[in-house]
Amino acid sequence: MDESVTSPEEGTPLPADHPLHLPPYARAMGMEIDRIEDGVPVIGMDYTERAVGRPGYLHGGAIGGMLEMAAFTALRAELDRTGAAMRIKPVNISIEYLRGGVDHRTYAMGRVTRAGRRVANVRVEAWQADRDKPVASCWMNFLLAPKAE
Amino acid sequence: MEDTKNKFPPRFNIPPGVGMDPVQGSKAITRHGHSGFLGMEYVGHGEDWFELALPWREDLVGVEETGVLASGPIISLLDNCTSMSVWARRGEFQPQVTLDLRIDYVRAATPGKTIIARAECYQLRRSMAFVRGIAHDGELTDPVAHAAGIFMLVEASGWMKA
Repeated sequence: MDESVTSPEEGTPLPADHPLHLPPYARAMGMEIDRIEDGVPVIGMDYTERAVGRPGYLHGGAIGGMLEMAAFTALRAELDRTGAAMRIKPVNISIEYLRGGVDHRTYAMGRVTRAGRRVANVRVEAWQADRDKPVASCWMNFLLAPKAE
Repeated sequence: MEDTKNKFPPRFNIPPGVGMDPVQGSKAITRHGHSGFLGMEYVGHGEDWFELALPWREDLVGVEETGVLASGPIISLLDNCTSMSVWARRGEFQPQVTLDLRIDYVRAATPGKTIIARAECYQLRRSMAFVRGIAHDGELTDPVAHAAGIFMLVEASGWMKA
């Protein structure tokens, strides 16, 4: 496995250009890199008041934000693996809400369907206690542009 | 001090099926949980539309180098705003869940600027409500995001946990 996509040491802040770096929004929501699975980061987030929508359930936007973060990190890990220095811009996302997210830790993991020269397509699933019962899934498209040197 | 407790219990605990004052309702909802954390604010509403605002905040940033707001909070804002447009159209508070939500990020939000969402329930059926909306940062005609979604109208039992 590429050294750059191994799990970070606990409590070690990652530089902003690290493929596993999470932005302020994600950290504020309590999202973290839970583990790396087959080279792909799995995002984990505990159930907190900050993420609650209707009482007892995760807010759809908190789930959506997590799906996006999993899509971003999966794509960054993939681009890092292939050595492509690209800037990533989100184009669109389509979320299916499958089950209510309850008072459990939530996980999300993306799979890059295709990363071309200009566009990348990623699919993501989020689940809680039972991985076979996802709470939500999405597809997400990104625009890729070469990093300005 | 005004006793708002009995008039409008906090934490979104509005008995389903009762009439809803969209102003008070949205204020109660945006005070707690995820919406409260993000800092959503009521802007306005009409018969079938709703407007909410989300002021820019450093801890909601998605790209540190530029200060551009993360897209997660924009999803949350559009989810709430489209949801409230359904309540506005129904004229009462009824349980519903998001079936799907699609968002096109038309351009990056301007760092530091408040995001305004405006959403409309354009079709209401017995079991579903169809919604659309935009998010902008000052100019309605120059949106940062466009949303389309469907809410399922569901039974009250089990919709929320006490």
